[in-house]
Amino acid sequence: MAKVPKPSELELQHVLPKTDWMDTPAVFRPGNFSYPGKAKNLKVLGLANPREWSPMDEDWKLPADWKNIILEGLRERLDKYRTLKVFMDICVRCGACADKCHYYLGSGDPKNMPVLRAELLRSVYRKEFTLAGKIMGKMVGARDLTEDVIKEWFMYFFQCTECRRCSLFCPYGIDTAEFTIIGRELLNLIGCNIDWIAGPAANCYQTGNHLGIQPHAFKDMIDFFVDEIEAVNGIRVEPTFNRKGAEFLFVTPSGDVFADPGTYTLMGYLMLFHEIGLDYTWSTYASEGGNFGFFTSHEMMKRLNSKMYAEAKRLGVKSIIGGECGHMWRVINQYMDTVNGPADFMEVPKSPITGTRFDNAASTKMIHIVEFTADLIKNGKLKLDASRNDNLVMTYHDSCNTARGMGFFDEPRYVLNNVCNNFYEMPPNTIREQTFCCGSGSGLNNDEFMEMRMRGGLPRANAVRHVHEKFGVNALSCICAIDRAALPTLMNYWVPDVTVYGLHELVGNALVMEGETERTTDLRGEPLPGMEDNENEDI
Amino acid sequence: MGIKFSLAAVVGLILAAFIGVSGGGLSHFFGVTMPYLAILLFLGGVVYRVLKWGRAPVPFRIPTTGGQEKSLPWIKHAKFDNPSTKGQTVVRMALEVFLFRSLFRNTKFELEKGHRLFYQWEKWLWLAGLVFHYCFLVILLRHLRFFTEPVPGFVQGIERLDGLLQVGLPGIYITDGLFMLAVTYLIIRRLIIPQVRYISLPQDYFPLFLLFAIGTTGILTRYFFKVDLIKVKTMVMGLISFHPVVPAGIGAIFFVHFFLVCTLFAYFPFSKLMHAGGIFMSPTRNLPNDNRIRRHVNPWNYPVKVHSYAEYEDHFREKMVEVGLPVDKELEPAPKATADS
Repeated sequence: MAKVPKPSELELQHVLPKTDWMDTPAVFRPGNFSYPGKAKNLKVLGLANPREWSPMDEDWKLPADWKNIILEGLRERLDKYRTLKVFMDICVRCGACADKCHYYLGSGDPKNMPVLRAELLRSVYRKEFTLAGKIMGKMVGARDLTEDVIKEWFMYFFQCTECRRCSLFCPYGIDTAEFTIIGRELLNLIGCNIDWIAGPAANCYQTGNHLGIQPHAFKDMIDFFVDEIEAVNGIRVEPTFNRKGAEFLFVTPSGDVFADPGTYTLMGYLMLFHEIGLDYTWSTYASEGGNFGFFTSHEMMKRLNSKMYAEAKRLGVKSIIGGECGHMWRVINQYMDTVNGPADFMEVPKSPITGTRFDNAASTKMIHIVEFTADLIKNGKLKLDASRNDNLVMTYHDSCNTARGMGFFDEPRYVLNNVCNNFYEMPPNTIREQTFCCGSGSGLNNDEFMEMRMRGGLPRANAVRHVHEKFGVNALSCICAIDRAALPTLMNYWVPDVTVYGLHELVGNALVMEGETERTTDLRGEPLPGMEDNENEDI
Repeated sequence: MGIKFSLAAVVGLILAAFIGVSGGGLSHFFGVTMPYLAILLFLGGVVYRVLKWGRAPVPFRIPTTGGQEKSLPWIKHAKFDNPSTKGQTVVRMALEVFLFRSLFRNTKFELEKGHRLFYQWEKWLWLAGLVFHYCFLVILLRHLRFFTEPVPGFVQGIERLDGLLQVGLPGIYITDGLFMLAVTYLIIRRLIIPQVRYISLPQDYFPLFLLFAIGTTGILTRYFFKVDLIKVKTMVMGLISFHPVVPAGIGAIFFVHFFLVCTLFAYFPFSKLMHAGGIFMSPTRNLPNDNRIRRHVNPWNYPVKVHSYAEYEDHFREKMVEVGLPVDKELEPAPKATADS
């Protein structure tokens, strides 16, 4: 594994190479790429060309007719996606997107400017699909498809987190995520993918979730959190699994079941549902909210996502509640109903506690837990003691997908303001629709890619550092499982005094539950504000 | 390389028209053949291009959301940055097309010591872009004077407003100056901002040089060479009534201007200038964010291989039963023989 330079040693300059970008080959070095997909995972998913290889190798062991496969794949996709077809032609290279990309800002590599990332594909399109490109070649920005081009695609389509920040600033709405998604699709046709995507996707397909947690273990893990909650406030919550006839199915990213601090968020969900007496069930089959298929291909996204509706139908629930996650919600909001709907076997979601009908989910029948909770709070159905979070000076990170693929901004802020007393926003051009990526999204949250992750996360960390220095912010909240996994590492690297919290962990802390014993600690077992002395006495 | 190539191409076009008309007697070619050819290529090309784009379906509704979504009734909805209805989407598109809403968000980054990033106000590209496009529009509309008899009131109104400064004779149009300023700015920024220069292709310089030359020759035609506009109008009216005539003595400079404009029209559909049409077809802007409310249908949606619950349960049934998870199919009782042995 590559050694990650210390922040002070990290070189960052936005200097351009002397050579034209077409003449500047992609150079793989430890830290700037992710390990390739393992053959066994590709086989589970039925993906092409499973083999042992490394991007550092000269020979990538591509199939003999790889060029034909790519070109045919591109032709097919040009006919299937208007985005791709239009975006191939209309870019004027004004450069407005150039410095909007966190990877460009953090690496200085011009091919991380969204416009050039797209040109990597456009140049081949011009050569193969336009008359001018065929005749005039390089004079019109066209070039041949070679193995070096494939290597370059692999490098830069796996150095993009599909966050769509560039798309917001583009005067024509050109969306680099479309190039990355389809670029990755093409690469997958010849077996060029990364294991941190192929592995979780294979697990999710076979076992139900990215981490490959089997049904009995899944139940065990949730039961563990039941004990943990009891230790905090004496309440024993009683989640059910795969229960037919429940009113709601609850699906959250498996990261919440497996890794801190997502697990505390999960405790928050359990406590909330218990307190309001919600008739809901977990599923071990649809035990993954996230969708690493989305980082493989549109088809794989559909294959993995299918479990949610299938399970809702099998269990006969009325509607689905989804946990805190970023790309999961991009898929649910912009793809799920189209690929796996219609969900006509369910009802328009209605809160049994407040009676609110969620008409904004009239077709998908799936609501976000944060909007559900916001509605509970607005209707005065929760007793909250925000002072339990008084030790936290909070800021909030909008995750890319809920920001630019949904517009989910004020729901989480409303909840946050009701469970915390100290909340400071980061500067306006780093939040809401202009939010910066954590630097690790879209399947790039792996250890071997750490240097690029820390670079790509710099713009986010930079904004946190700003409020940390200005307002003494010591806590960063978010509603995304990848954020909860990635931001602690990022904070540790750039702003070490800031801790990461999921929103429903904070809800869990503040929630005053019927019949609970006096709490002395938060969900992490840390003393609550004002209880530090009790803790000392115990010691 | 791209700069020189594009510059040479534009200079070549100018020389071709100048020499062709003043020395080669090709005024019929430049005055009649070229405009018909250009308008044919323009119309045919634009239609072809739009149909080609339009043939590709929109499988997913993926607007880039730029504000608060429509949510619970008490949450303020950013209707025009994150539209949820067709009407709101039309407004979003109008803001995009008429005011360059997205470009207005532009900022510029600055990196300071200690890995500190700052984002600065940067609206010059937006301003220059807006000025350029609106001046171009006004200039085009003013040129309707050559295509209409009598000249419609609104064209005269535009001329009056545009000539408000009342300087010089013939009166100077404000848009002429602003157009040249904006194009010059767009050229200069492409040349001097290192990142923009690095991403620029020959086809990015060519239209700018062409527009610069069109503006310059237009100004020369009107203010300096004072071309006989009555004759020009006779020629243009001949063209549009399909009785083309080329009056003698119009002056080569006009033909240069005219030829460059023809080139622009002919080039338009086959170039990035089609962004003008593309913006209307951009699925990240022209669709409402209402996927959860109304189902979007993908015309080529197809069944895929999934891992069904039944397969899953078959795989894990024993383990599930062991921890008390409900199953659809009970475990088969252990075979007797095994029990006996």
